[in-house]
Amino acid sequence: MDNMEISKEIQRISGVNPRKCMRCGKCSGTCPAYDQMEYHPHQFVNLALSGKIDKLMESKSIYTCLSCFACVERCPRGVEPANIIEAVRLWKIRQQNQNHLVADQIPAMLDEEIPQQALVSAFRKYKK
Amino acid sequence: MVYSYYPGCTLKSKAVDLDMGARKAAEALGITMVEIPEWQCCGGVYPMAKDEVATKLSSVRALEYAKEQGQDLLTLCSACHHVLKRVNNDMANDAEIRDKVNRYMALEEPYAGETKVIHYLEMLRDVVGFDKIKEAVKNPLTDRKIGAFYGCLLLRPSKTMQFDNPENPSIIEDFITALGATPVKYPLRNECCGGYITMENKDLAKAKVANIVNSAKDAGCDALITACPLCMYNLTQNNDAADLPVYYFTELLCEALGIGKED
Repeated sequence: MDNMEISKEIQRISGVNPRKCMRCGKCSGTCPAYDQMEYHPHQFVNLALSGKIDKLMESKSIYTCLSCFACVERCPRGVEPANIIEAVRLWKIRQQNQNHLVADQIPAMLDEEIPQQALVSAFRKYKK
Repeated sequence: MVYSYYPGCTLKSKAVDLDMGARKAAEALGITMVEIPEWQCCGGVYPMAKDEVATKLSSVRALEYAKEQGQDLLTLCSACHHVLKRVNNDMANDAEIRDKVNRYMALEEPYAGETKVIHYLEMLRDVVGFDKIKEAVKNPLTDRKIGAFYGCLLLRPSKTMQFDNPENPSIIEDFITALGATPVKYPLRNECCGGYITMENKDLAKAKVANIVNSAKDAGCDALITACPLCMYNLTQNNDAADLPVYYFTELLCEALGIGKED
């Protein structure tokens, strides 16, 4: 699949038109996970437009989005960067044997208080 | 007023205080909550992808059940509310998702987002009324300085959630005032607590929580209240200093209404 086809697919999955982005950087400025990301929300938008997502898919940044929707709320152009991050992550974990979290890892992560909500959310985000 | 009530997975186990308090307070306020039979877990996070259908079905089943009853669907957990409301919005406004889901569900009458999804706090504000709650308070929480922790999921994206002003909300502060306590606004009340990232990067969750707790303490909060079990977990278990109590909003509601845990 060439880059233009990949870009189209990411746009189809995310429902986002990255051409609307005017690169103001507000999404990255407001992102609570910014410090922990190698690629930041505005870069996701730009890379999705060009279809060059190989490096994104190998980056921890795709698992670091908190889905807090601050970028979606505050984008002055209605671009919805979180949807693109979600689409790139799905592009990765929908491939065979690319789950980021598997059930065998869970027992070691548990403590007495952890809510079921944390487990189901993590599985929805990191596993197909 | 009778509601179809969707408790969600965590309210049946770790967050029983949130569920039971809400049920008892609703009874005292003349609201009937009828739990949806055989409800299924909403998945905790809204499936943003346009081509994800299976992960939206459990929400649609609950929404469709409420429609059959002719009732609004009442939620309590912030995450369930977020997922159900956004899936409902898809069913109403996204023809492709609506068609795919309905082909799968094969209902007698297709579901098209008819159900109104209402959060318990919205029900207190819009149906009961905070003035009526104030009148029903038996033990006003005088001199208590309480901070509202909104987090993300109730407020954003505001285009769909329509819960309150996403940058300067007031519903929980008005709720605190109705209980006789003093609401304390602090800068990070609508910031992210880290959410599910505690499973992936606990240090990041701890850093987010430290910022929020410091912001609340600096503003003079004695305690925080939340509607979300995952916020509750992060704000208590990922706060190494353990220096700020956190309650479910229903715990304070019951206390003010004079409803004991054993009632």
